[in-house]
Amino acid sequence: MRHIISPNDLNLSELDELLNLAEDIIKDPKKYSEACHRKKLATLFYEPSTRTRLSFEAAMLNLGGSVLGFSSGDASSAAKGESVADTIRVISSYADICAIRHPKEGAPYVASLHSSIPIINAGDGGHNHPTQTFTDLLTIKNLKGRFENLTVGFCGDLKFGRTVHSLIVALSRYKNINFVLISPDELKVPQYIKDEVLNAQNIPYKELRSLEEAIPSLDILYMTRVQKERFFNEEDYIRLKDTYILNSKKLSLAKEDMLVLHPLPRVNEIAVEVDEDPRAVYFKQAQFGVYVRMALIILLLRESEGRPIC
Amino acid sequence: MLNIGVLNQGIVIDHIKVGGAMKIYTYLDLENIDVSVAIIKNARSNKMGRKDIIKIEGTLNGINLDILGVLDHKITINIIENGEIIEKKNPTLPLHVENVLKCKNPRCITSIERGIPHSFRLTDKENGTYRCVYCEQSAK
Repeated sequence: MRHIISPNDLNLSELDELLNLAEDIIKDPKKYSEACHRKKLATLFYEPSTRTRLSFEAAMLNLGGSVLGFSSGDASSAAKGESVADTIRVISSYADICAIRHPKEGAPYVASLHSSIPIINAGDGGHNHPTQTFTDLLTIKNLKGRFENLTVGFCGDLKFGRTVHSLIVALSRYKNINFVLISPDELKVPQYIKDEVLNAQNIPYKELRSLEEAIPSLDILYMTRVQKERFFNEEDYIRLKDTYILNSKKLSLAKEDMLVLHPLPRVNEIAVEVDEDPRAVYFKQAQFGVYVRMALIILLLRESEGRPIC
Repeated sequence: MLNIGVLNQGIVIDHIKVGGAMKIYTYLDLENIDVSVAIIKNARSNKMGRKDIIKIEGTLNGINLDILGVLDHKITINIIENGEIIEKKNPTLPLHVENVLKCKNPRCITSIERGIPHSFRLTDKENGTYRCVYCEQSAK
């Protein structure tokens, strides 16, 4: 049984298979409208995340399947003290595949140890969010056409931003990638990622505090929100939340074909005026999220029936 | 150097990082084993500046001493028999350990889920780094 707990749970050829399938779905969604007929997706969301949950549900509905689940821990038996392990043992008999989001890091992994259906991690605290990474990769592949020879800038909260960590790890597997890490000192990429991913593989990166200084060299700019829920201390959040705001003036310094990505929701780190710029692709990225989840559901269900991903 | 006397039969755990002796003492449950134990804290060391040492007179049957490397990967274990060192070794770090280290990440699922072991895997042999298999937090 294959589960997707971390973005690295797919090797590069499996990832290619996933992204190629997603692109085929983009070209002709109707071809897949019955691909998961009579199959059920359980969405176990122990913390609210409307966007991710609806993206999973839309993906399954687009494939002709159906969905069941809950959208907050209060609405589930977790409120009565049931363990993740017990919940998933039961849900395994109700559904064919499960997407789980949990505020505690490692909860989807615990679920995978006790599940008889494929588990997809839909976000576990500040840890992993593999389908967001696949979404980001599909966006880059589809709109940029390549993963090699790219200078990728990450801006904002690079300390707690799990999407940033995962995408750095995922892109590090490709050739000639340069990273530019733009953040205040308090929100820098954690040292272990620099040591164990970037330095370990001699991947070039620089750390800057100025977005204006960084932006002219970038092929991709990945903006992030400073997330209140990742801080223990509200004072720190208030002090840092508006550190970087991308507006038209800053964007005018960028290459004509640079892409602006953002995992959404955006608060005010990207000015609304930027939305009209063709380089702003974050809403398209959200749409790609549905396609990549469709592809992932198809591959995992196939695999659970004995057909390897590739 | 403080002298504790020579062991006839036993184990000397040397080169323990200063302050780490009690962790090893607790892990080995030496309080409840019928052996004589000397803990030397903050001893002078040419190699480390300062170090802790544990001397155990007697035998520790059935205990895998390699596991001590998880708690401190730089220790040296000396096995003494008839007053002589018959074996001197650095522990081989196990790739995976259960319920030796405890995850200290308050956001980790181990902080609330009942009945799951605290599992860690070795991710950096050189520095002896272990990470929680659930949340990947480093044990150090």
